[in-house]
Amino acid sequence: MAAFWHNLKTTLRLLSHNKVGFVGFLFVIFFILLSFVGPYVVPLDRTTKLDQIYAPISLQHPLGTDFSGRDVLSHVVHGGRDVLTVAFLAGAISTVIAVVMGSVSALIGGKVDSGIMGLADVILTIPQFPLLIVLAGLLRFNNVLILAFILGILSWPSLSRAIRAQVLSLRERDFVEAARALDLGTGHIILREIMPNMASYLAVSLIFAMTAAVYAQVGLVFLGLVPLSGSNWGVMLQLAWTKGAIFYPKALPYILAPVMAIALFQLSLVFATRSLEEMFNPRLRTGV
Amino acid sequence: MAAMMELVDLERSFKVGRAVVRAVDGVSLAINAGEVVCLVGESGCGKTTTGKMAVGLLRPTGGEVRFEGQDIWQMNAADFRKYRQAVQIIHQDPYSSLNPTQSVVDILSAPLLRHGFAHSRLEARQMSADCLRRVDMTPPEDYLDKYPHQLSGGQRQRVSVARALTVNPRFIMADEAVSMLDVSIRVSLLKMLGRFRDELGMTYLFITHDLAVAKFFAWDGRIAVMYLGRVVEIGPTPRLINYPQHPYTKALLSAIPEADPHATRTKERVQLRSMDVPSLLHVPSGCSFHPRCPLFEPGLCDQQVPGLADIGDRVQVACHVVARGARTV
Repeated sequence: MAAFWHNLKTTLRLLSHNKVGFVGFLFVIFFILLSFVGPYVVPLDRTTKLDQIYAPISLQHPLGTDFSGRDVLSHVVHGGRDVLTVAFLAGAISTVIAVVMGSVSALIGGKVDSGIMGLADVILTIPQFPLLIVLAGLLRFNNVLILAFILGILSWPSLSRAIRAQVLSLRERDFVEAARALDLGTGHIILREIMPNMASYLAVSLIFAMTAAVYAQVGLVFLGLVPLSGSNWGVMLQLAWTKGAIFYPKALPYILAPVMAIALFQLSLVFATRSLEEMFNPRLRTGV
Repeated sequence: MAAMMELVDLERSFKVGRAVVRAVDGVSLAINAGEVVCLVGESGCGKTTTGKMAVGLLRPTGGEVRFEGQDIWQMNAADFRKYRQAVQIIHQDPYSSLNPTQSVVDILSAPLLRHGFAHSRLEARQMSADCLRRVDMTPPEDYLDKYPHQLSGGQRQRVSVARALTVNPRFIMADEAVSMLDVSIRVSLLKMLGRFRDELGMTYLFITHDLAVAKFFAWDGRIAVMYLGRVVEIGPTPRLINYPQHPYTKALLSAIPEADPHATRTKERVQLRSMDVPSLLHVPSGCSFHPRCPLFEPGLCDQQVPGLADIGDRVQVACHVVARGARTV
């Protein structure tokens, strides 16, 4: 337990070392709390109030109201959960597939390597978004898990190519050879010698996979191709479009709210990569 | 007594596109326990490839590596593991031979824990400190928690020596171990390696392109000169330095600048017929040195590959002309 607290303290100290990164990290936590805890605090406003359509910002409605007079803030709070879930899941799935495929490709080589990289090339060549649109027509993306899975499966190839290249270069390094001479075992060589050297790159790639997943998902929802029910920042944008809110200057807070939520979430993720890079790369640490 | 390490007709070829490059072409060398053998030669002559085969990191495409009489690639798993621990390597580049993500104590603990020399992290830490003391990094507490990038080149090289020592090896292959260090640090590192030889009876295969380093480190050992994948001359160091036999060895020695510029300018140079090193893709026929050799005899040197011939005083030379001269004298 003491060791756990010590590790946690070290991690936090490393995270807080880069100011920009730490701010990003705090915002990511804020969005996670907002989306997963927020819905229990702020009830979703479903009642249509015709006298309050596009109400201006006020204490009662901090972000104004939408086309049927519902509170925008409550929709922002309830609309994050699916976006974040898909982002984390799709990012994690694509990174895991990329690491496995890339390392296997580099370490086994030969026909396995050609096969995996051929598959990666095929997926890379297909235009992603049109493919998603076609897939959305064929499969029913009404479940966040299916959506995350599809996004993850489509986005591993470019990362796996980069990982393959890194493993190929790392496994020829002198310290790997020294580990072989010391008979430290294949497991140690992969997990302790090679992987840590890619950790900062992997963390950053995971985050970029997440931001890509957010855009892909919101894009699909916005175009109405993913009939996600309930609240979702993408659904809010789509409704703002289809219900004609974009034509009312008074609807500005309503339109901006989901846009800002998406943009801020993405920005905080990108900022957080700076801290993650420092955390995993001892050369970037200063004075720790 | 049989030699500790025996390289028998060792060969290694690499495929480069469709062509085959014979990086090492029939090297035979026996190293006795406690002996220092220096392998010298210019870049690309196959010294490193030979060294890596000797420590079992590269599989030969022909010939045998025998350790204490046993072919290492025919060993059973248990014997091979013993061989792996008995034979260690020190790399040339202290900047890539240490994992940048591990601290010194991590680097030294891993082999200690893996092979059961230490049974807990704490014990491993204490033993790591001992290892650092053996390579003159005192007090070790100052270095244990440092990362490689926080150390100087000389300190890093000491850490890689300490890492090799963790498993109590008897044979160390040092691949240009000092060539990337400052001259001042070089000497202290070489002296340290020499001390292990006296104290622990360490055997060295020392690879270098620098004859001055070879002379310093292996004065009471032997030097083997390699040229395009073959050993051209081998003999006790003082003998080889003072009375070089093979025209290539002579050329190498005469190219070393002297401390006195006057001496350097007036020094007699071996007149090579060509300054170009042939490509390994097109190794010349017969003696591979014949296009450059001042002793070249048409019809002999470009036809037959000379074998290593004993010419007395534990010197062996691979040269038709020199060997013939030695026989008639």
